[in-house]
Amino acid sequence: MANNNEIRYLNPPTVEVRKKKYCRFKKAGIKYVDYKDPEFLKKFLNEQGKILPRRITGTSLKFQRKVAQAVKRARSIALLPYVTDLLK
Amino acid sequence: MIKQYETVFIATPVLSDVQMKEAVAKYTKLIADNGGEIVYEEDWGLKQLAYPIQHKTSGFYYLIEFKADPQFVGTLETQYHRDERILRYLTVALDKNAVAYAEHRRQTRAAKAAAAAAPQPEEAPKAEAEETETEE
Repeated sequence: MANNNEIRYLNPPTVEVRKKKYCRFKKAGIKYVDYKDPEFLKKFLNEQGKILPRRITGTSLKFQRKVAQAVKRARSIALLPYVTDLLK
Repeated sequence: MIKQYETVFIATPVLSDVQMKEAVAKYTKLIADNGGEIVYEEDWGLKQLAYPIQHKTSGFYYLIEFKADPQFVGTLETQYHRDERILRYLTVALDKNAVAYAEHRRQTRAAKAAAAAAPQPEEAPKAEAEETETEE
């Protein structure tokens, strides 16, 4: 309004420092991903029951493979759905 | 060669307790008869399925951990396949990390069960106390 010199942005400029992602398995020292624990595996799924990519969860490649394997096993014994809406 | 395996099967919810025990006995016997060794068994009871299987929305889950020859897995799975009571089954070979995890899981579950069994008498009076409070 009055302060014309001031540059105003529509969206505030993003200056926040991104938190570094980390692999929770490496950090916690988990060596085996259990397919029998659907509540834990749900952390790696979106609400449609799809497996989230590594770029979002930050899981290392080694454990992403294990997570994928565990999720698929859990799906086959009906602990997790193959397709759904509003999981969680 | 002996490897460690873990098998989960889902039985139809129409079975009675006796029939379920019979089914379990059949598979434990099958494992034992074929030179396998049962390490651990776990009954998960009646659980909701995440999606319907054969028009059923729930099933009895049962987990058996065993050591056997790899060739035995095929015979076990054909038995599962022929059995009409079994909706689904999954047999997984356990590697060394999985064995360690299974061991840990067993111990924590045993500890939990023990803890759940012990403080029950303590919990009961507490619940009563809460009830009386609400009544007042």
